[in-house]
Formats: sequence, C-alpha cells, structure tokens
Amino acid sequence: MSEAALHRPALSAPPIRLVGGLALLLLAASAIWLFQGLSSGNRGFILQLRAVKLGAMITVGAGIGVSTVLFQTVAGNRVLTPSIMGFDALYVLLQTAMISSLGAVGFSSVPELTKFLCEVALMCLLAMVLFGTLLGHGTRDIGRTILTGVILGFMFRSASQLLGRLIDPNEYAVVQAATVVNFSRADTTLLPIGAALCAAAVLAALKLSPRLDVMALGRDTAVSLGLRFAPMVLSTLGLVAVLVSVSTALVGPMALFGGAAFFGLIVTGITHGLVRSHRHEILLPAAALIAANILVIGQMIFERALGQQTALGVVIEFAGGLFFLYLLLKGRIR
Amino acid sequence: MTHPFGVTLAALVPLTLASLMTGAASVDIFSALDDPWAMLVLMESRLPRTLAVLLTGAALSVAGMLLQALVRNRFVGPDTIGTAESAALGLLAVTLIAPATPIWGKILISSLCAMAGTALFVALIRRLPPREIMLVPISGIILSGVIGSVVVYIAWQADLMQYISTWLMLGEFSGVIAGRYEMLWFAAAAAALAWFAADRFAILSLGEEVATGLGLGTRGIMRFGLAVVAVVSAMVVTTVGMIPFIGLVVPNIVSRIMGDNLRQSLPMVAAAGAALLLSCDLVGRLIRYPFEIPVGTVMGFVGAGIFLYLLYRRPARV
Repeated sequence: MSEAALHRPALSAPPIRLVGGLALLLLAASAIWLFQGLSSGNRGFILQLRAVKLGAMITVGAGIGVSTVLFQTVAGNRVLTPSIMGFDALYVLLQTAMISSLGAVGFSSVPELTKFLCEVALMCLLAMVLFGTLLGHGTRDIGRTILTGVILGFMFRSASQLLGRLIDPNEYAVVQAATVVNFSRADTTLLPIGAALCAAAVLAALKLSPRLDVMALGRDTAVSLGLRFAPMVLSTLGLVAVLVSVSTALVGPMALFGGAAFFGLIVTGITHGLVRSHRHEILLPAAALIAANILVIGQMIFERALGQQTALGVVIEFAGGLFFLYLLLKGRIR
Repeated sequence: MTHPFGVTLAALVPLTLASLMTGAASVDIFSALDDPWAMLVLMESRLPRTLAVLLTGAALSVAGMLLQALVRNRFVGPDTIGTAESAALGLLAVTLIAPATPIWGKILISSLCAMAGTALFVALIRRLPPREIMLVPISGIILSGVIGSVVVYIAWQADLMQYISTWLMLGEFSGVIAGRYEMLWFAAAAAALAWFAADRFAILSLGEEVATGLGLGTRGIMRFGLAVVAVVSAMVVTTVGMIPFIGLVVPNIVSRIMGDNLRQSLPMVAAAGAALLLSCDLVGRLIRYPFEIPVGTVMGFVGAGIFLYLLYRRPARV
C-alpha cells in the first residue's frame, strides 16, 4: 500500500474548493446560529446552551455523514446506510440490556466515560460479528441484505421494547430518557468526549482512505491488488460502530424517530452528486460537512423560523423516503 | 399423518381457555354460572378480549395471504406496505375536516384511504425493475414510512399526536372490553368473504397473463382483494392498532405445509393466525403478570425471527 500511496496523483482543485466552500458555509451558519437574536439578557448562558447544541449537531452530522460513506464502501452499494441496516437499533438494544442487567442505580453510578467506552467496545464487537457476516462476503443479493437489515432493526427495536417493559418502571424512565431523540440532550460532560472520539474516528478513516479507495473497487479487484480484505472490512465496520454509537449517545437514536435511516442516504446522494470523485480523502470530509450543514441550517429554519423542534426528522423521513423510492424505481438499487 | 388443520383447531381450544382464565382479576370462570361477579368479568372483559384476538389474528392472516397472491410476492404483509398508515391518514383527515362524522363514516373513509394506499403500492411495484423480488417488500416498508411521516407531520401540527399514537404504535388488546371491539367482526367477515373467491385468487397468483388466458377478469378480482385487505387493516388499526408480521409469516408457513390451493389453505391460514396471535398475547400477559406487554411487541420480536428464518430457509422460488 505504501508504494501506491507514494505515487498517488494530487487531488485536483475543484473538489478542494468545494470542501473549502462547505466549511465556510458551516462557519457562517454556526455564527448565525450562535449570535442571532441575542438580546442583552444573560448572554453567557444563552451562548453556552447554543454552543453545546451546535457542537452536538456538527458532531452528529459528521458522524452520520462519514459512517454512511464508510458503510457504503464496505457494502459496495450506494443505498445502504448503517441505520437502514439496524445499527442504531442495535445500540439502543445494547443500552436497554445494560440498564436492565445493571439496574437504574447501577447504570447511573457508572461514570459517563467508562459506560460510554464499554458501550462502544461492545457495539464494535457485535457490529463486526453481525454485519461482518452479513456484508463480508460481498453482497450479491443486495435486496435480501437490505431486507435482512430492516427486519433485524425491527427485531432489535421490539427486543428493546420488550426488555423495557420487563424492567421496573423507575428503570424504564431511565431507558426512556436514554432513548429519546433530542439535540438539547447533549451535555457539557458527554459532548467533549463524544466530539473527541468522533474526530479520532474521522481522522482514522481519512488515514485509511487510500485503502478505502481500493476496497471500493470491489472484493475481487481489491484482493488482486493486494488488499487484505477481511481485516479491512472489520476495521471499517469498527469505525462505523464508533461513529454510530457516538451520534446515538449524544442525541438519542434518530432511527427510532424515523429520520436517520434516510438522512445518511440523502447526505451521500448529495455528496456523490457534488464531489464527482471516488477518492475517500475528499468524499469523507465533504460528506461530514454536508451533513453538518443540513442539520445546522435545517434545525435553524425549523426551530427559529417555524417554531418547531422535532419537525426536521419528519421532513427528512418524508424527503429521504421519496428519494429512496425514486432510486428503486430508476433501477439504481441492485 | 394427522391433518394440520385439525391440529391447529385442537390447539385453539386450550389457548382460548387459557386466555379466558388469564387476567388481573382472579375469578373462577368455571363457576361463572353461579357467580355474577365472575360472569361479569367473563362477559365484559375476558371473552371480548379473547374474541378480539382471535378475529384479528384470523383476519390479518387471511388479508396477508390475499395480498401475497395479488402482488405475487411472499415477503409482504398488510403491515409492511403502507395500508395501516393510509388508514390512519384517512382517519386523521376526517377527524380534522369533519369531526362530527359518525364512527361508521370515519371507518368507511379510513377503509377507502387504506384501499387507495394499497393500490398505490401495487402501482408502484409494477414500475420496479423486473426480477428484483426483494425490492418489493423494501418499497413497501419505505412507502409506509413516507405515508407515516405525513401522518405524524399533520398530527404534530394539529396537536393530535396522542390521538394517532395508538394507531401507529404496536397494537395491543389491553383496552378491549365489550362494546370496544365489535368492528373486528366486520374485519373477520370481510376476510371470510374472500374464501368464496379463493379459486380466483389462486389463479390470479399465477400471473396476470396466465389468469386472463384462463378467462379470469383480473381487474375485478384485484379490486375485491384490495378491498378485503383495506377493510381488514382499517378495522384493526382503528380498534387495536396495527400488529406487525402476523399477516406476513402465517401465510408463508401455511403455504409451505399446504401448498397454494387457497380454497383449502385459507381456513388453515385463519386458524393458524388466530392461534399464533393468541399465543403471543398470552405470552405478553403472563411474562410479567399481572402487568401486560403489548402483543405487538411480542409479535414484533417473534415475527421478525420467523421472517428472517423464512428469508434464508425458503427455496429460491417465490
């Protein structure tokens, strides 16, 4: 790989300019988000609240954008997203299972960081076993793979509900608090950890990007080019698991509300439309920025202009669902 | 070998008895004739609930079987193609536009909407690339998500989230008492009507060209099938909420055992659906007695498991 890395052609200017433009857009949107309508009241307090929420949106956006690109490269398909395949439902099931085995008090008394790291580690393990077997051999029957993922997600959700009903009502309140989507939920203790983990995972993905480019050529080609395919699948799925866990831990399972399953799809659709390059070096940052932009700008429009908090997820599900159906009808999903 | 239909019917008897005996109030149903209190519990709560479960299980399974024959795909059910969400959309619309409409009017409009939604799905899958069997159920699931998001959006605007949550959430029977479930008899009657047209559905499932070649007017029978599926779904959604997977897995299992002769297999589908749903309801009631777990949750877990098994174990033919 290192030999190949030495002779890679430099990236052309347009994609780099695109990423720069997206970054500027995000900066502008963030500034508007932070400072608009700021009256002379308790500025410090308002700014801190907004900054935490902004940080959560950017982290989650980047997490979903990058994890979806990575996942699609592993699956060799442009229509799969981690949450269509039941990734965040699995995370919620894991969390419910932990609450029901440790009890609410035990669960709350574990330090935030330890708990989070344990969850991420378990999640990586499960994701590798489950999705590695599902996707590792290269997906020949893509329809069956998607269907399996959808049904698995459904099963995980039912299992979490079942577990949730079996435990003590007080403990169930903890589960509910842990599994409701809310961008305001991210707090000052979890956000820095989450953002750092997310940044680390994104950097690792960028580091892997030459190999991801090779992996995207398909299993057979990649193997004949000397890529060790199976370890690469596992490490990519590991990164996906980290990113999904971070996003879900920060704001709750967006998939349960409907939005995230198609959010990743919209993001990668736009990314591939704008970037016109197969290089992950450029795809990954572009996807992260596009997702963050959509979340920040969309949330701003819905929250400030329309006075509604939760409508964004609904709109994303509607638009994303129609987009997916369009792809299906055009025969783009095979 | 004993006939599977007989076995299923025999299994229904103890299940029904168990269902009548299970509940938070401890009464001896065998002495109900002498004990007015036990009689009251039995007639007002236990019997209606048990009947509601039996009717729902049977009707949804038959509707699923018809649907699978209509679209010639084994991996769809009334709950995965947007029928329930369309019914909810119709109910929501009539509630907002004409709140004074009597209940039968609401149900009628809801059924019409469910039929339109189901027809939309049928129109949609005709445009799919041919030979992509698995894309059919996926389109259905996505379509139901899209319609569902419209329902949620409107309800959110109109502050009716609580009102609709019972329809879109998983179904449960804990609220069923006498007077609250009788609509389900219509659902069962609609499903029973399908038996008279069973042969036509079986022919239709051979494909439109073959069916027309055999002299069958496909449009009429198609519309009839859609109507049955829509009426059943609308009734179930409005009385107990949609129950996942039952209309999907039961027809699959039965047709593996009995083949595709619908006139023979429809009664078996109905009995097996009733038995499976009643078992799940009992599990939901007993697992954390005296508290209840909605049957939809139990069925979601069990049904998803059976579905995955079918997805990987079925021979390639669909």
